[in-house]
Amino acid sequence: MLDVQNLSVDFRVDSGWIRSVNGVSFSLAPKASLGIVGESGSGKSVTALSILRLHAQRTTRMSGAIRFDGDDLLRLPERRLREMRGRDIAMIFQDPMHSLNPVLTIGDQIGETLRIHQGLDVAAATRQAVDLLDMVRIPDAARRIADFPHQLSGGMRQRVMIAMAIACRPRLLIADEPTTALDVTVQAQILDLLRDLREDIGMAVILISHDLGLVAEFAERVLVMYAGELVEDAPARTIFESPAHPYSEGLLRAIPSPDEDVHRLYAIPGRIPDPGNRPPGCNFAPRCELAQPACRASEPALEDVAPGHLVRCPVKLAAMEAAR
Amino acid sequence: MTETAQPVTDNPIIRVRNLRKDFPVGKRGRGRHVLRAVNDVSFDVMPGETFGVVGESGSGKSTIGRLLVGLQPATAGEIELFGETITGAHGGRSLARIRHKLQFVFQDPHAAMNPRMRISDVIAEPIDVKGGWSRKDRADRVAQLLELVGLSKAFSDRFPHEFSGGQRQRIVIARALALDPAFVVCDEAVAALDVSMQAQVINLLMDLQERMGLSYLFIAHDLAVVRAVSTRIAVLYAGEIVELADRKSLYDDPKHPYTQALLAAIPRPEVGVRKPPIRGEVPSLLDRPAGCTLCPRCPRAFDRCKVEAPVLRDVSPGHKVACHLYDGH
Amino acid sequence: MTDAAMPSSAADDPPRPSRLRVLARRLWRHRSFRLGAGIVAVIVILALAAPLITNGQPNAMSLRNRFAPPSAEFWFGADNFGRDIFTRVLYGARISLWIGFASAVLAAAGGALVGMASAWFRRLDGVIMRIMDALLAFPAILLAIGINAALGPQVSSVIIALASAYVPRMARIVRAAALVIRELDYVDAARVSGAGARRIIFRHILPNCLAPLLVSVTFVFAYAILAEAALSFLGIGPPPPQPSWGNIIAEGRDYSVEAWWIMLFPGLAISFAALGMNLLGDGLRDVLDPRLKVEA
Repeated sequence: MLDVQNLSVDFRVDSGWIRSVNGVSFSLAPKASLGIVGESGSGKSVTALSILRLHAQRTTRMSGAIRFDGDDLLRLPERRLREMRGRDIAMIFQDPMHSLNPVLTIGDQIGETLRIHQGLDVAAATRQAVDLLDMVRIPDAARRIADFPHQLSGGMRQRVMIAMAIACRPRLLIADEPTTALDVTVQAQILDLLRDLREDIGMAVILISHDLGLVAEFAERVLVMYAGELVEDAPARTIFESPAHPYSEGLLRAIPSPDEDVHRLYAIPGRIPDPGNRPPGCNFAPRCELAQPACRASEPALEDVAPGHLVRCPVKLAAMEAAR
Repeated sequence: MTETAQPVTDNPIIRVRNLRKDFPVGKRGRGRHVLRAVNDVSFDVMPGETFGVVGESGSGKSTIGRLLVGLQPATAGEIELFGETITGAHGGRSLARIRHKLQFVFQDPHAAMNPRMRISDVIAEPIDVKGGWSRKDRADRVAQLLELVGLSKAFSDRFPHEFSGGQRQRIVIARALALDPAFVVCDEAVAALDVSMQAQVINLLMDLQERMGLSYLFIAHDLAVVRAVSTRIAVLYAGEIVELADRKSLYDDPKHPYTQALLAAIPRPEVGVRKPPIRGEVPSLLDRPAGCTLCPRCPRAFDRCKVEAPVLRDVSPGHKVACHLYDGH
Repeated sequence: MTDAAMPSSAADDPPRPSRLRVLARRLWRHRSFRLGAGIVAVIVILALAAPLITNGQPNAMSLRNRFAPPSAEFWFGADNFGRDIFTRVLYGARISLWIGFASAVLAAAGGALVGMASAWFRRLDGVIMRIMDALLAFPAILLAIGINAALGPQVSSVIIALASAYVPRMARIVRAAALVIRELDYVDAARVSGAGARRIIFRHILPNCLAPLLVSVTFVFAYAILAEAALSFLGIGPPPPQPSWGNIIAEGRDYSVEAWWIMLFPGLAISFAALGMNLLGDGLRDVLDPRLKVEA
């Protein structure tokens, strides 16, 4: 359904262009769930925003292709893309307070999507909006429809965002850090909601997060991104039980566990390079325990380590081959 | 009122008793409400320990941190730091006497430093405010602090915007250590950092504690992070302590339903579907209900919970809970 | 000791350009700013170079040349006293630009004081802001007439009158910025370290209010130049025979048909100066806005 081919995104800064995302490729089957994991500077959000071409036109340059049902979204005329936004592909963001218009009631805002894409009149749109609020498990929906965003809690606002996103039963929902700003108990509820909605509506979901645990619970397949590149692409189980890329491994080890005491946390040495300052060769080499001279000399490519499992690490690949 | 019987090994450096913080909301006269952010909180902090304070939004954890360093005045209750009572009528004077022993590490590395100051000036601010240091001593101390937090002293002339989040947090820690404090409040000090940075900064904080004999009040929303650093932990809900225990007891045997829910809700990097452990959200703190504040959400609530607020009591040595489930009668 | 995992040696990070250099670079790239700065620079240079370019005597009368139209000898023509308008406009620039500058800076200083006081002393905030509202509501022209009557007709009266008229808007800007900054963590950090009000205000809050204030100064400069013309029309501008753009226009009013050049050229000067300042201010505002904070 979605096929991202060699997507690269550059941003204009004072001194020229900076490459934020470099050659990312992946595909998504209908109704599948995909998690994209990465820290800051990984390019995960930039990648997601690119799918719907939400970047500022003047200062962004995208190359590659993003095929959705055959159409290349990067080359589609704006008019057609606008039709797809909300109807076929929907997106929810991290901070619902900034995504909701503070001066409109939530009924108006949900209704807007319905009126635009389905041509409903105000009354019908409002009725459907109430149904949608029920679907996202907001209690007392008929009354809440007239509330303003500031009258709702963070968790409820995020539910409203989800209601707006699923209003037209999109085939793909992109969720960019949807729970990062929420309490952990609410986070669990929202994730559960997304899981159920995915089944009910039969939509594919891309969940983007810096939180590996979150992604593990939700996604069937996981992409790990580092410094603008895809470094590992594997089923969720594999990433968490036997990650191949040293970065994935390091990330897992660095997460503090609530279930056991550790004398000292494992920390990946060094820090993430800025987009303008990426090292020659492998981006992760300066921090990698397995780094060899060859790693700094040439850029590693994404290779199969097993069916359905891709890794960007020739050293690890060689080691795993040898072990076979 | 809470019982305070507690086995004391050393003398606590921090004693908090019946702390309360109210915020007025709304206009004067009618429509004036009171938001009780902290309700009757009592605890001690021992020398050299890390006291973890965990809670979600509305728990009052950040407010407590700020009350402890005098950034906010308490509405009621007592705070005693290093023998000085900083609440009450002469609190200000007492606070001035021990101020140099207290410090604070903030959550947001982007807002915690004046963007127009060089980091040497940022770090030396406590020194400059105190006064009386020679130029050379000041510069030496800045260099020493930078080294202590793992940054090159070549960075002293740079400005905050030139550093990454993790580096900025180190600078904030360096500033906190400038005058060699004894007690540091870390308010979500690692929450805004990437996972790999979190681990580095947590390790740094632990190393510094060992080297300098610091005591921490470590405020966080993440029970996993808290486990990595704390000796004793208080779990807060809606401004009250619902459970207070040493690390082993809390994680091996969490008693309060909210603690259990909080632990269960943490996403773990294991594949598998889990149901959300608790429904609903933190209630508004404006009009507190009569009974237990968790009652509307609690999976194990019963009749008594609606009418009577539970009291924090010992259930075993070093483990207190505020829950009717564990109340003898 | 500390983690071998410690990052950053100085070799790790390339030296980054200073904030000032980054700002300057962005400003220079901004089209409006370049244009505005160019216009203002030209006017200022001409004003400063007046004695070199002209014969240095803006008040020299010559009855023979009364109402001389623009020509090779009198580039901008001559007025009813035969005075060279070009010379008068250039010398007038000195006065008018000075009035614009001084009013704006004085208004900024006064506004900063008032705005800061309002933001810092919560209890005074209401009172101070209502006084500012009252000042805004009061007709500035009447205020100017009053000050002129009290202090006598001179350039400083004009400056004081204009500055007072613009203090409320500056106060509002500083107050808004100060209220935001006051809540930021670095102010709390200073408080935890024991900093008193003086240090916090002068070291932390005010310096970070400068950006919006600076932008306002450029706009008020433009307004002040225009207002000076209005005051001159009413006879309470800089007293003649000392030329200012405003009073050249005022004096030329009676001859607007036969000697249109008397009003035209100072009018153009005012327009260009105000335009230049506005463009410059636009550029400053775009470059200085909070988007800059997302640097690292």
